[in-house]
Amino acid sequence: MSLAIRRTKDHVVKAVSTAFAGIALFLLAWILFTLVQKGLPALGLNVFTKITLPPGHNGGLLNAIVGSLIQIGIAMVIGTPIGLLAGTFLAENGKTTKVGHIARFVNDILLSAPSILVGLFVYAFLVNPFGGFSGWAGSAALAILVIPVIVRTTEDMLNLVPIGLREAAYALGAPQWKVVMMVTWRAARAGIMTGVLLSIARAAGETAPLLFTSLGNNSWSTDLSAPMASLPIAIYQYAGSPFDDWVALAWAGALLITVSVLLLNIVSRLFLARAG
Amino acid sequence: MDATMAGLPGSGVQPGHIGDAKPVGRIADLVFVGLLWGCGIFVLVLLGLIIAMLFEGGLPAFSAFGLDFLWTATWNPVTEKFGALVMIYGTIFSAIIAVIVALPLSFGIAFFLTEIAPQVMRRPIGVAVQLLAAVPSIIYGMWGFFIISPLMAAYVQPPLIDWLGPIPVIGALFTGPALGGGMLTAGLIMAVMILPFITAMFVETLESVPPMLKESAYGVGGTTFEVYKNVSVPYGKTAMVGAVMLGLGRALGETMAVTFVIGNATRLSASLFAPGATIASTIANEFPEAAQGSLKLDSLLALGFILFVISFIVLALSRFLVRSNLKS
Repeated sequence: MSLAIRRTKDHVVKAVSTAFAGIALFLLAWILFTLVQKGLPALGLNVFTKITLPPGHNGGLLNAIVGSLIQIGIAMVIGTPIGLLAGTFLAENGKTTKVGHIARFVNDILLSAPSILVGLFVYAFLVNPFGGFSGWAGSAALAILVIPVIVRTTEDMLNLVPIGLREAAYALGAPQWKVVMMVTWRAARAGIMTGVLLSIARAAGETAPLLFTSLGNNSWSTDLSAPMASLPIAIYQYAGSPFDDWVALAWAGALLITVSVLLLNIVSRLFLARAG
Repeated sequence: MDATMAGLPGSGVQPGHIGDAKPVGRIADLVFVGLLWGCGIFVLVLLGLIIAMLFEGGLPAFSAFGLDFLWTATWNPVTEKFGALVMIYGTIFSAIIAVIVALPLSFGIAFFLTEIAPQVMRRPIGVAVQLLAAVPSIIYGMWGFFIISPLMAAYVQPPLIDWLGPIPVIGALFTGPALGGGMLTAGLIMAVMILPFITAMFVETLESVPPMLKESAYGVGGTTFEVYKNVSVPYGKTAMVGAVMLGLGRALGETMAVTFVIGNATRLSASLFAPGATIASTIANEFPEAAQGSLKLDSLLALGFILFVISFIVLALSRFLVRSNLKS
């Protein structure tokens, strides 16, 4: 092939690749623009002060927002210590053991496993045998989604901590729990925090696992043993409805959720950039 | 050197507690190490429990229909005759569309991010592409339903039906009314969703190519694209196939985005535009109408089990490919 043809080919591929990157950026901008265009006009004070009401009653999303916060909060309280300890296990004690290898594999599967199946599992495990849909079940489903994210980032971040740091602590006669808690975790603090923030972002946007666990609730309820509202479920219910004011509220909720999730992502990346 | 390393948790061996004579510290350590092992094993047990519960839940359906469940195309709640064929077909077919669309885009974007973009722009653009993965799937569903579907119905589907519909064999894919939704729309939206995952792993793999390899290719006069195609991509081939498998795995289980646009019709149809269903969309859509203890609910759990098995195989394969490339 002559040089001219090869160079032309090179230029064409470069142009196409640049265009593809442009397409990806355009898609992101398009989604964000749609959310702002449709969500912003509907984002009044009522969204934060009123609960979900029948169509035509100028309702809001207060119960859904609070329900989401409660369930995410509990999921994090359950999921963070388990994820942190399991991640530490993979990076420290279980690193080269058979259990460690299998747990690492299993965690990678859980990380990408369909989230709806987690919902179905919690339904079969907690909802069906224990008297129905509840905020607890929703929190449990979100916790299961949060754990693999924290495990993965914790392990990765602990692996970056120099072995000499641990050696120095052990040389001083510190027991392992002190070395891990006061040296290794502390050294990897920013990275571990990134994982926690990313997992909050993941839990905040998940809809499918809540369908069969906390179900959703159109009245005000903070009772964890009863069905509980959540923002994604409210959006799902409203977006598919034939009522214009409900659809508008769905867009307002969608804008809220996306902005929070994207902000969490960006903040966590800044954390990581500052750490490394 | 070996002797000091052997006692460290980072090397996978229990520390010897040299110098830690205080019994309180010992007990605290036992508890701590116990917790670490407990949580590690918990992750294992979790996956096992998920599989077991889905299987147990689906068992009545499996025993009622036998293996026929897998290749029966009927899904009839009235006569209580259930089969998974339509959903299995929809799940695999829509996920493959997503991969076919996302793959060239990912190749291009990875090329752009590793070879073309100025150094200062790489990070911000890379992060922006990654943010596509952060957008919740229900948002993709709404965007697909309110924005993409109408565009498909107005501008994409009618010309495709006119041009490709009359062709024998392939034409069957492009028939029927242009409703906007269906398999193609679902596949396209999922392509956007899996694009960041595939791209990120492509970039990671391409950045691990030894500079020396690329430099020697440049040295014999290769163009940027030739080096990419003939050196970088072959070097990371295994991991890149793994990345594509990961994208496929993600698309197989995608629920909300698909539920909004696929039409949720449990009929078998060859057309890309006809309403269809995936396993995940069927579970999300029909669960509220399934009474406790009904054969329908059992069948939905059985569908969940099948989806788990399919995803597990694809994700395990992906992981195996990615890790084996990293090791070599």
